[in-house]
Amino acid sequence: MKREILIDPITRLEGHGKIDIFLNENGDVDRAYLQIPELRGFEKFAEGRPAEDMPQITSRISGVCPTAHHMAATRALDDLYKVEPPDSAKKIRELIYSLFFVEDHALHFFFLGGPDFIVGPTAPKGERNILGVLGKVGMEIGKEVIGVRKELRELISLAGGKVIHPVFGLPGGVARPLKKEEQTKFIAGAEHAVKFAQFSLGIFNDVVLKNKQYVDWILSDTYTHKTYYMGLVDENNRVNFYDGKIRVVAPEGKEFLKFKPQEYLEHIAEHVEPWSYIKFCYLKDIGWKGFEEGADSGIYAVAPLARLNASDGMATPLAQEAYEQYFTTLGGKPVHHTLANHWARLIELLYAAERSLQLAKDPEIVNPNVRTIPTEIPTEGIGVVEAPRGTLFHHYQTDEKGIVKKANLIVATQNNAARMAMSVDKAAKGLIKEGQVDDGLLNMVEMGFRAYDPCHGCATHCLPGQTPLWVRLFDAEHRLIQEIKHNGGL
Amino acid sequence: MSKPKVGFYWCAACGGCEEAVVDLHEEILNVVAAVDILFWPVALDFKREDVEKLHERELAVSFINGAIRSSEQFEMVELLRKKSGLLIAFGSCSHLGGIPGLANLFNRESILANSYKEAFSVENPQGFYPQESIQVPEGKVTLPALWNTVKTLDQVIDVDYYLPGCPPPVELIKEALGAILAGKLPEKGAVLAPDKALCEVCPRKESKPEKPQLREFKRPHEIVIDTEKCLLAQGLLCLGSATRSGCGSACVNGNMPCTGCMGPTSRVLDYGAKALSAIASLVGSNDEKEIAAILSKIADPTGTFYRYSLPASLLHRAYKPEQGGK
Repeated sequence: MKREILIDPITRLEGHGKIDIFLNENGDVDRAYLQIPELRGFEKFAEGRPAEDMPQITSRISGVCPTAHHMAATRALDDLYKVEPPDSAKKIRELIYSLFFVEDHALHFFFLGGPDFIVGPTAPKGERNILGVLGKVGMEIGKEVIGVRKELRELISLAGGKVIHPVFGLPGGVARPLKKEEQTKFIAGAEHAVKFAQFSLGIFNDVVLKNKQYVDWILSDTYTHKTYYMGLVDENNRVNFYDGKIRVVAPEGKEFLKFKPQEYLEHIAEHVEPWSYIKFCYLKDIGWKGFEEGADSGIYAVAPLARLNASDGMATPLAQEAYEQYFTTLGGKPVHHTLANHWARLIELLYAAERSLQLAKDPEIVNPNVRTIPTEIPTEGIGVVEAPRGTLFHHYQTDEKGIVKKANLIVATQNNAARMAMSVDKAAKGLIKEGQVDDGLLNMVEMGFRAYDPCHGCATHCLPGQTPLWVRLFDAEHRLIQEIKHNGGL
Repeated sequence: MSKPKVGFYWCAACGGCEEAVVDLHEEILNVVAAVDILFWPVALDFKREDVEKLHERELAVSFINGAIRSSEQFEMVELLRKKSGLLIAFGSCSHLGGIPGLANLFNRESILANSYKEAFSVENPQGFYPQESIQVPEGKVTLPALWNTVKTLDQVIDVDYYLPGCPPPVELIKEALGAILAGKLPEKGAVLAPDKALCEVCPRKESKPEKPQLREFKRPHEIVIDTEKCLLAQGLLCLGSATRSGCGSACVNGNMPCTGCMGPTSRVLDYGAKALSAIASLVGSNDEKEIAAILSKIADPTGTFYRYSLPASLLHRAYKPEQGGK
């Protein structure tokens, strides 16, 4: 008998979503839809606001990764005013950003995605969470996790005013210099972060890689897609979160594109589907070919798995070692296994920790000169950074007073939207057979999106409206026989 | 005795309020020891159907963050209202509308067109929008209806208390949880935060100008900001004199002006009007033309003074016929 199964709301992610699964007469999955039911309209209400307010306004797109929006907006302001911040300011920004990556990636591994492995994907739903994790790893380790996040988040507050919705970013620099006596706190925090990163990779090794069932799941076709991958890289093609060029590798692993942030519109476009408020990004160079994987489809991925695939290595020694081990274990580049995101995330966590230690020790970090006052007349600015959840684009056009006339934002999760929708569909098809379904299996369907660490708060920054009409008539073989469309004004 | 049951939910929000709860850090373990959390989508796997199964008022308290702008959000908060003894508007968006409330400067159609037709990167030659209900080959899928106007939580359901801030400061969350668990709550409708203006407790208050003397407003990117001196005295639009304290002067400590996320004190009806008059009263001139010239440096009065509170303001939204206002 045909059936419809609803997972509402999807959980352990940032933001809203639901999954609608359609079963056919045999009880197998016809299709599963990951739908995003909410939008807010940031690009529109940015219009009329002073550009220098964008770092604080757009941070409200996501309170989980506010620092990412704050930073992308700040980079866009540098470009808008054609102003180069002093080295000290760049270093403070990257220090804050690296600490943010550590605590944010840790949040995902221990609170959001990790419980599926540490507690188990089919454990009772009341236990698949941080409390279950604490139960498994013990309170001592639990307190270590909580303690490191607390220390790092307090450091971000110190440098950035607030950790949730920081205030440090200005065109040409940062609002507040670091004091000499504060530097030791940052060094100590970064040292803790490095140890914590190694310890987290150890847990991953023990809990996941030594569990044959988990490794089989990671490598299984159910959680695999061959797509393009995108990430920001430095001049040596190593992963960079703060600065660089955007590099895209093809499904077979070769470099396909490398371009400057200012060229993004030549390569990236957004596709609209009637059943979700999210827009689906694709590579313009290939085109939108539907929800298909492979080199002929423009669908690409971002975030940890993609960043490691799109780079030639990590810029710090311990992370580089981990990077090599990762590709050796998983059979070379690129890795197409969605669940490998969890491992890649911890390797990035280690890089971010090592990088924050380098920056915290840098004597330049306490230089009191942290501002270059803009003098150019503003017109247009584009800023791109890697958010924990993927490549993030902010683009503003302003009048001569710096008042925003038009804004365009492509947020991390949108880049992943198409692949993520395919992942949920494929996981549902691979896991639900002959109508047999329970809470554990449905959670494993959710693992198909959770690995990406999506932020649907981000992805729904823009807002939809009234209901136009779109009717599609299909015959018994699902062939489209008629399509009627109507827009707006209803 | 069984532990009190608690729910957390988000509406038109960013997730920062959830993070603020996680920022209780080790103290969240005490919270978990004292209560049973039965709904919290960011962290726990309980679904809507689990909430539907609860008895009326089975949840001792629900904390709801985010503004209300869709049919789904409205259904969920109505459901949680029924299932909860106490209901707390958590954070600027549910309290006053928050930054997503700035969407009330526009209407739904203009925002929709902006996103799905006019955005630089969108490729949508047929120009269609997402649909509330759509027939797909496998059946029918639905999306919530989106409202033209963003609302505060108390504009759609009865609210017992408010925790202000974007996000609410951790100290205030702790105090509120303590008061709820001890049953020592103030009168219904109270904002659970100090009722003093931020300027009164600001670490830079000694250098605040007492008499009107502002001759020129500066935008933060135009000057090197002194790290000790009152920001208002430096010509920056710091809204601390109109804003409730309780945030620990976080933005000022970050060397940037207060933008008003904690909202007004209890004596103020319309935050933006209060903030505007507080700033205007410091302008150091009696000459009308000169006053106009000084105030014209304020680049975006609406977005500045109503940044977090447009839906809660006396006007609620922009009313231009071409923007679909009523």
